[in-house]
Amino acid sequence: MADFHIAVLGAGPAGLSAAARAAEYDRENAASQPTHVLLEGTAAHANTIQRYQKGKHVMDEPGYLDLRSPMDFEAGTREVILDDWAQGLKAIGVNMRTGATVNRIEGTRGNFTIHLAGGETVTAEHVILSIGTQGNPRRLGVAGDDSAFVQYQLDDPDEYADEDILVVGAGDAAIENALGLTRQNRVTIVNRKNEFSRAKQGNLDGILAAINDPATPLTCRYQSQVKALQLPTAAGQAGSVILDTPDGEETLPCHRIIARLGSIPPRGFLEDCGIALPNASAEALPELDGQYQCNVAGLHVIGALAGYPLIKQAMNQGQDVVDFIHGKAVKPVEHPLLQVKFGLLPYEADVDEVLALYQQRVPMFARMNALAFRELILESDILYAVDGRAAYTGLEKQARTLRAQRLDDIEHSRRNEDRKRHETGMKPKQWRDIEEPALTGILRAGEAVYRHGEYSTTFYTIVEGEVTLKSPGGPETRLQPGQFFGEMSLLSGRPRLGDAVVAPDTILIATPRRTMLKLMAANGEVATGIETVFLQRTLQQCFAPSLSYTALRDIARRVETRHFNRGEVIYEQGDSGDCLYLIRSGTVALTYRENGRSIAVGHPQSGELFGQLALMGDAVRRETARAAVRVEVIAIKRAEFLELLKRSPDSVPALQADTRDQLLHASRMESVPEASDVISFLLGRGLGEATDALVIDENLCVGCDNCEIACAETHNGISRLNRKAGARFAHINLPIACRHCEQPHCMKECPPNAIHRKPSGEVFIDDSCIGCGNCETNCPYDVIRMEYQAPPKPGLLQWLLTGRGHGPGEDAKAQPSKKAKAAGKKAVKCDACKDRKAGPACVQACPTGAAVRLSPADFADLVEDL
Amino acid sequence: MYQGILGHGGRRYAWWAAFLIVTSFAVYWTQAASEPPSGGTWQGYGLGGLGVLLILWLSWLGIRKRSYRRASGTLRGWVSAHVYLGLTLPVIATLHCAFQFGLNIHTLAYALMMAVILSGAYGLYVYLRFPNRLVANREDQSRDDLLAELDSLDQTALDAAGQCDDGVYGAVCSALEMSTVGGSFMDQLLARDRSRARLPERGLVDNAQQRAVIDHLVERIPDTSRGGEAENLRALLRVFGRRAELLKRLRRELSLELRLKLWLVFHVPLTFALLAALIAHVVAVFFYW
Repeated sequence: MADFHIAVLGAGPAGLSAAARAAEYDRENAASQPTHVLLEGTAAHANTIQRYQKGKHVMDEPGYLDLRSPMDFEAGTREVILDDWAQGLKAIGVNMRTGATVNRIEGTRGNFTIHLAGGETVTAEHVILSIGTQGNPRRLGVAGDDSAFVQYQLDDPDEYADEDILVVGAGDAAIENALGLTRQNRVTIVNRKNEFSRAKQGNLDGILAAINDPATPLTCRYQSQVKALQLPTAAGQAGSVILDTPDGEETLPCHRIIARLGSIPPRGFLEDCGIALPNASAEALPELDGQYQCNVAGLHVIGALAGYPLIKQAMNQGQDVVDFIHGKAVKPVEHPLLQVKFGLLPYEADVDEVLALYQQRVPMFARMNALAFRELILESDILYAVDGRAAYTGLEKQARTLRAQRLDDIEHSRRNEDRKRHETGMKPKQWRDIEEPALTGILRAGEAVYRHGEYSTTFYTIVEGEVTLKSPGGPETRLQPGQFFGEMSLLSGRPRLGDAVVAPDTILIATPRRTMLKLMAANGEVATGIETVFLQRTLQQCFAPSLSYTALRDIARRVETRHFNRGEVIYEQGDSGDCLYLIRSGTVALTYRENGRSIAVGHPQSGELFGQLALMGDAVRRETARAAVRVEVIAIKRAEFLELLKRSPDSVPALQADTRDQLLHASRMESVPEASDVISFLLGRGLGEATDALVIDENLCVGCDNCEIACAETHNGISRLNRKAGARFAHINLPIACRHCEQPHCMKECPPNAIHRKPSGEVFIDDSCIGCGNCETNCPYDVIRMEYQAPPKPGLLQWLLTGRGHGPGEDAKAQPSKKAKAAGKKAVKCDACKDRKAGPACVQACPTGAAVRLSPADFADLVEDL
Repeated sequence: MYQGILGHGGRRYAWWAAFLIVTSFAVYWTQAASEPPSGGTWQGYGLGGLGVLLILWLSWLGIRKRSYRRASGTLRGWVSAHVYLGLTLPVIATLHCAFQFGLNIHTLAYALMMAVILSGAYGLYVYLRFPNRLVANREDQSRDDLLAELDSLDQTALDAAGQCDDGVYGAVCSALEMSTVGGSFMDQLLARDRSRARLPERGLVDNAQQRAVIDHLVERIPDTSRGGEAENLRALLRVFGRRAELLKRLRRELSLELRLKLWLVFHVPLTFALLAALIAHVVAVFFYW
């Protein structure tokens, strides 16, 4: 007989909810002893949230999903949430053990043995794994590294004063901690390597400046490692550290050590427990069935480790999984969401049947795990195209009814919940506004789902009907159910090439970029499938517009995709060349070296060719090609190139004309080295990946700062550009302002998916920002700021007449209101005035015409007058 | 790609201005010989009315400049029109008054208008010329970069002087401490260098362009006896040479930036004075003439 019916590992939101549900069952069954246990490795519940900074606002996204858990949760400060959960744990009677680190799990359903650190074992019939993906912090690996002398996080650097502190690590966390601590302490930072290569630019500049500035109490030990510790004899006393440095051993006295060495992903632990992972990536997540069960029977995985990083989702799974274990066939909480999503489709089938049908119909999705597919559909839109006005208006009417019904349902269930809470004496719940239900999207047949030149990255899969891709000057391609399109923009970040027009009775799954990228990262098969079609269509676009893309399958399999990081050399002047390159994403800088001087002779961008002369008569590379930003290129060798030309001889003249243009441009650049210097400067500052950058001509700029003022006045009092701090070269000033990158770095890892791109290209942050700061960290150009909402200011006339208050522009000394402080800082950045008819305010408000927005395609015009 | 104030919209407003001037002359010449030209004929009233409308519209730029939410037109277009149409006013106003001047409120309004236009013309000159000079002065270095270089030069100077004798050390420290940028309004405007230094035996001296300390170092170098001293002094010489250049650029930048804004201190208050005088002029004409 096992110790427990259910053991829950990890007291994060998912684990808390699961354990609370199990405790409810115990109470219902009037169990004399708890039949569940919640094991937590650290000292308290919700360790990740405990580690947030004080007062941090925690959001309850996604808004469309209801909470289904015995534990309460709604958006609020870290403290309120932690306190609610602590009370919930007590009130529900959860049997929690803290400080119980699990080393390994053995066995199968009915007979699990959980090995704890320290040798103790716990047995259970079912195990729920909810340990998240953060992993444990990497330790120093010397004796004493678990003592209070060493800490692996730092909440508030100002908590310490007048201490000698050693920071170990060279990543962003280590640098930020070290710089924060120097305000009141003497800091030594220990770096295993001889440079801070992993840090983002801002932190790199900061740490190097601090190391070089004798006034900052910070020193650095490069190529050094901690060899041993001498612990302090009493609390408050200094201990010391023995370092292994290039000059031998060094003993440094210090009061504490902050080790920021990253964390160990839980992969190793999962494998030790016998859990199969689908690929070799360190971040791979286990594959699960509809009841969150992995390949080990009786072992359930929920929360972030199951691929659901949001708190509410994780808590819902916690309750559901315990219900499953207790044999209850509950419908997941998102069931009604899918019902309205499929509501207007011409089927008489249940949600699960439609899901099964769609998964079967699309070969790429057929072998996906059912849970992952369900999630994919939940995050996607279903689009249905109908022919004729009557059918369309009929569907519109049906949509209105469906929407009203859904809103009624939600209100009804809220009233029920309120009544229940009132009867049981619980405090009433603060409901948020009901979100607009996501119904089936209706299209008119013949309408384009996207048009040529639009910036959108949605990926479309056809489940019924037909879609025609019409590219300008190219052939029309008809796609059938099971096929997909839209992968070109998804993978390259470039605007759409051509229109995609839907036929009558077509049903599409429209999947947003983020969901698709997540799927591709988790599922190698899907990634390869999309990649191959992408290559075929790219080759077709560039070399064989008159052929069908399917005819290029064999060639697509023989070309090679290569990645180059910023600054890496693709080929060197004087090399002999055997291939040409087609740029998938990014910009390449071509430079020609003569008499020790290097001249920029071109900057081909995504979708363009370079190096083709090697296959067109001149085998020696006449210039050096270097990645101006992170670049992905398709390398095409001679045999494939000749075959492409042979199959599509009519594309030769266009290719020759392009090459002639490139040569002309290069020769002009060689003759005007000043122009080439300006272009090198712009590329050096990352403008190669810009689509819409603010560039100021200093020969016209009178320094009035009206651009910044206009920005602040049109963007809630906070300017999103900094003119003075801009980099300058010749007469060009590159202010610190968003460039709306081809593949926006900021859009990576935005938890609430608050960053979007308009079809016209503007990248912007919506109101759902939770202030996590990921985008600020990810932006290499420091154009995103975290700011409180600015307090309101007097109107222009009031200021002009009375002189009271701050005039137009950002008030740097403004104090945020209480409400703004409670809401926390949010990310702000340039949105290129996407909603202003007159275009960007900075450009419109420049009195002298010095401010202009441009993209790399305009560089030639920019240097025209030099 | 870039279009300045004057070149805006293919010099559209220059044509407008030319048209206004030609029309004004035409209207002026239609005045009959029997009733000699003056502000009192219908032509005079017409030109005067046009002048008032122009002045009000030109003054409106101050509001338009701050109307950041306006959805139409660029500010550059407004400024371009402001410049060209503003330059037509001397002609229109002079024709309006038919060259009749005196010591009265009317001529005061005229004089104030001319003062506003002259200050504006100077402002235009400044806007067209100074940005290039700022660019040339900056030598591809942003102000933050320049200040950072100055900081590091100061540190190098202190390190090198620390290895020299007390006389040199004192001279260097005093030169660093008493280098000035800015100062009084006139100092800023004229980019005057009020730097001083305290040299051994000579006491407090003028150190403009770091000249005094450089001369002192140059005199000392041939005299050195201790090993390594000459090397330190040469290093100091290099530092002070570069410092002098950077400080000069900084002063020039401040001066240019000041002058880019200074004309507005005349242009704007004079405009308000003009508006007041204009009201007085119009009231006087209509009620007391």
